[in-house]
Amino acid sequence: MLIDCPHCGPRDLAEFSYQGDATRTRPDPASTDTQAWLDYVYNRPNPAGRHREYWQHTGGCRAHLVVERDTLTHEIHAVAPVRGNAKSGDAA
Amino acid sequence: MAEYSALSLLKNALSGNRDWKPAWRKPDPKPNYDVIIIGGGGHGLATAYYLAAMHGITNVAVLEKGWLGSGNIGRNTTIVRSNYLLPESIRFYEHSMKLWENLSHELNYNVMFSQRGVLNLAHSPGQADDYIRRGNAMRHDGVDAEWLTPQEISRRVPGLDVSGSARFPIAGGLLQPRAGTARHDAVAWGYARAADRRGVDMIENCEVTGFLRDGDRIIGVTTTRGDIRAKKVAMAVAGSTGQVLKRAGVDTFPIESHVLQAFVSEAIKPFVNCVVTFGAGHLYVSQSDKGGLVFGGSLDFYNSYAQRGNLPVAEDVMSEICAMFPSVARLRLLRSWGGIMDMSMDGSPIITKGPLPGLYLNCGWCYGGFKATPASGYSFAWTIAKDEPHAINAPFTLSRFERGAVINEAGQGPTPKLH
Repeated sequence: MLIDCPHCGPRDLAEFSYQGDATRTRPDPASTDTQAWLDYVYNRPNPAGRHREYWQHTGGCRAHLVVERDTLTHEIHAVAPVRGNAKSGDAA
Repeated sequence: MAEYSALSLLKNALSGNRDWKPAWRKPDPKPNYDVIIIGGGGHGLATAYYLAAMHGITNVAVLEKGWLGSGNIGRNTTIVRSNYLLPESIRFYEHSMKLWENLSHELNYNVMFSQRGVLNLAHSPGQADDYIRRGNAMRHDGVDAEWLTPQEISRRVPGLDVSGSARFPIAGGLLQPRAGTARHDAVAWGYARAADRRGVDMIENCEVTGFLRDGDRIIGVTTTRGDIRAKKVAMAVAGSTGQVLKRAGVDTFPIESHVLQAFVSEAIKPFVNCVVTFGAGHLYVSQSDKGGLVFGGSLDFYNSYAQRGNLPVAEDVMSEICAMFPSVARLRLLRSWGGIMDMSMDGSPIITKGPLPGLYLNCGWCYGGFKATPASGYSFAWTIAKDEPHAINAPFTLSRFERGAVINEAGQGPTPKLH
């Protein structure tokens, strides 16, 4: 798998760390809605197909990235910096 | 006379092996069953067997998308152990170990269970303390555990460098003598045959495409071989759990599917006579009866449904086995493959009623499903038959995430790739 880092160009998978599902939205920290917290912390859509996920280029520029990748084929459709592309309220 | 015995072998040998019965029938699905089990792997087949043998429920169908045992039951590194830290895990896996110890006899099928021991190597005083603590927890619950010094390890596994000058010096090791390996395919075939003889229908090439409902309640499944109704529908589909649940309308679930690779080397003479794990990284290795070294390491660390991995992890695993056993550096690799793990959010399985009425769920096995096969089937069958959990699977609920009662051996939090 090669990930096309927006800063460094296409680089080997070994340089990147996986940070998981990028579609979740963290509830307001003051929220006491336990179902919303349960969904955020534990529940995942876990799709077979296109998956929006966070990676970090730990062995390179160290930028956090949002990658859209197919979990059936490992094909990568899109790579973008997290800044400006994360869902509002996300941890990253 | 048991169907498989020395006498029946001799008799069939003399008649040219023409009179053996097939190990299981190939029936067409009936329109109605008491219980449908989705997934003809180890856990599904074991569940079918214990439903019939322990609870007298024989009007059961096992629906398998491919052929029996075509999934993770044939893709693992065959290790059986109960060397856990937390009491819930120790009791569950020790129950499994006790079932393993009598399994060949019970099924009249040789599953080649070999109690050759599992040795966890520790490489620092801190890690030694951690392993000794785990050994004490095991002994507290009546499970066998022994601490070995480097000299004792050297006698047991001569291929290891215990001199202290190794790249990762060996501080000692935790041995579970009753742990070992089993012939994985034979486990599937043995359970399938034993369940078939008690009347369970094995329906192969039958993919579940959807669920039949009466309001909220699940009352059957739609399949590539027609609709099948049942009072109870049970799922044991490992890495496909999320996908099958989506067909029941459950869109998110505390599981991620990840790919785990495994490797077999060319065959060599006897080299290592127990299972050895490398504590300075993540590696487990044993030698098969054919002579190949069977080994594996970590997940590929990203969500995947592709039954193949990538090279960085393969390279990492090879470097670890060479660090542990420099003498294997020139061995050639025979095969490698990947399987899809249902990684739960706390690293422990889920065996429970629900999440919908009429549905029963067995999943979240992470790396550890093979050794659990007997206890998983045993406790899942109990849960299906009695509509309440057995004592050994009572802690492994789905609601534990909501209640904060997670069973997290690794202490890694809700990050599935780290379990």
